[in-house]
Amino acid sequence: MLIKRQRGIKTSEITAESTFRKRRMLLKTALAMGLIQSANSSAQDNLISLEAKDSDTRKKPFPENGQINNLKIWRGDIDLESTPFEDVTGYNNYYEFGTGKTDPARYAHTLEPHPWNVTVEGEANKTGTYALEDILKGHVLEERVYRFRCVEAWSMVVPWIGFPLADLLRKFEPTSRANYVQFFTLNEPEQMPGVRYPVLRWPYREGLTIAEAMHPLTLLTVGLYGQVLPNQNGAPLRLIVPWKYGFKSIKSIVRIRFMQDQPQTSWNMANAREYGFYSNVNPGKDHPRWSQATERVLGGGLFSARIPTRLFNGYAEEVASLYTSLDLNTNY
Amino acid sequence: MTVRRRFHALVKAFILGACIIPLIHLIARANGLGDLGANPIQEVLHTLGKTGLNLTLITLMITPLRKETNFYWLVSLRRMLGLSAFFYALLHALTYVALDQGFMWSSLYIDVTQRPYITLGALALLIMIPLAITSTKASQRRLGRIWKKLHRLIYLIASLGVLHFFLQAKIDVAEPIIYSIALLLLLGYRANTWLKRQQATRKQ
Repeated sequence: MLIKRQRGIKTSEITAESTFRKRRMLLKTALAMGLIQSANSSAQDNLISLEAKDSDTRKKPFPENGQINNLKIWRGDIDLESTPFEDVTGYNNYYEFGTGKTDPARYAHTLEPHPWNVTVEGEANKTGTYALEDILKGHVLEERVYRFRCVEAWSMVVPWIGFPLADLLRKFEPTSRANYVQFFTLNEPEQMPGVRYPVLRWPYREGLTIAEAMHPLTLLTVGLYGQVLPNQNGAPLRLIVPWKYGFKSIKSIVRIRFMQDQPQTSWNMANAREYGFYSNVNPGKDHPRWSQATERVLGGGLFSARIPTRLFNGYAEEVASLYTSLDLNTNY
Repeated sequence: MTVRRRFHALVKAFILGACIIPLIHLIARANGLGDLGANPIQEVLHTLGKTGLNLTLITLMITPLRKETNFYWLVSLRRMLGLSAFFYALLHALTYVALDQGFMWSSLYIDVTQRPYITLGALALLIMIPLAITSTKASQRRLGRIWKKLHRLIYLIASLGVLHFFLQAKIDVAEPIIYSIALLLLLGYRANTWLKRQQATRKQ
């Protein structure tokens, strides 16, 4: 008989939101006073660890659940107010667990994020299958508070934990023909009830240009709110591309493929007119069926107003240079 | 006779209660008894819309039910169900205009004129208005045969409503398909009756 172990995060392990906010206040003050170094400064040791009281736990490369400690703090947008933890982890699009917004939180406990392997293939010198521990080894984790804008015109602010995707991709030594990178999500009907229905083409796949993938804002993400990613948010390894609509930020990655030609992406395959390859957040380019000019920030209650959506989700300063020769209206 | 009448009154009261419960439930959830989730405006919007659509289809079930069971008094429930459907559709639209769009008239104008599913929804609500106004017994008497013809517009309203539901779905159309099947069965019943009547008159 197969006994499935529940891998959810215990309530006792969740950072209380008040604690989280207090911690941010403290960090903000410390940063302002120059007491701690920000991400721009020299990197410290590998900071992935459990609550390291003895040397034994320090050897463990990455916790399977619970708190992540000793994070490097990223300076950008430190004043953004994060969306409540319950909303970040309770309102998700993860169709592998159902198309309802609360389905992932309800059903993703069957996902088994450990052990986890990632296969690297295509236009790179160091292809092969890597264990999650090897993927994470040697990377300094940072906490980055990013705006997250869904194509459905709602948004959140999430304190993600991860490291720049570029730092990982470089290790695989992509060749000169690697113009694009494609990513695949796990596709396990045993663990994911939703993939039994052909709502989208499984496995879920996404793609970026190599320049987008190598951009310092593109975050390979392993946690949020100070702890390991909950299953419904794409454990154990996901992408966060903050200037693109949320569906580009693929979850539970098992395969990375370097490619010469533009890769297929699931939503584009489902409806090319509505979901383009780039899918950069753009208030000037409406979805054929709804406006993208404004967005609803989650956690605001019944009487909260929409706010204007910004080009590249407010990250134009950082990423607009990637698209100078691209007509955003036709390359949506 | 009085026993039967009392029974009908009881059924009517029960159905009225059933019509109001979704609204009470929603208000209770909005006031902390339960939860509207991370996106409460959308939750209210969708709950009201779907209840309106459900009630429209239930209204369409009355005639087949009466014909198959010969319980003529069922017709007396139809007005209440139809008006409830209109009431929920109206609240759905008001939620959209006030809470969702925050009275941004320019954006509302674009939505209604350029986004087909909103155009269809608005049209359905608009057509419901004369039906709601002429739902009284007095209007029924005054309009005679025209009343019956006018109120056949519910076939159009229900179709527009289901289409509105279908077109707003992002990609998962499982639920809209179920609604479409229900609608086709209800309209098919009428088509079948009509065809039979045509055949009968031709034979004469």
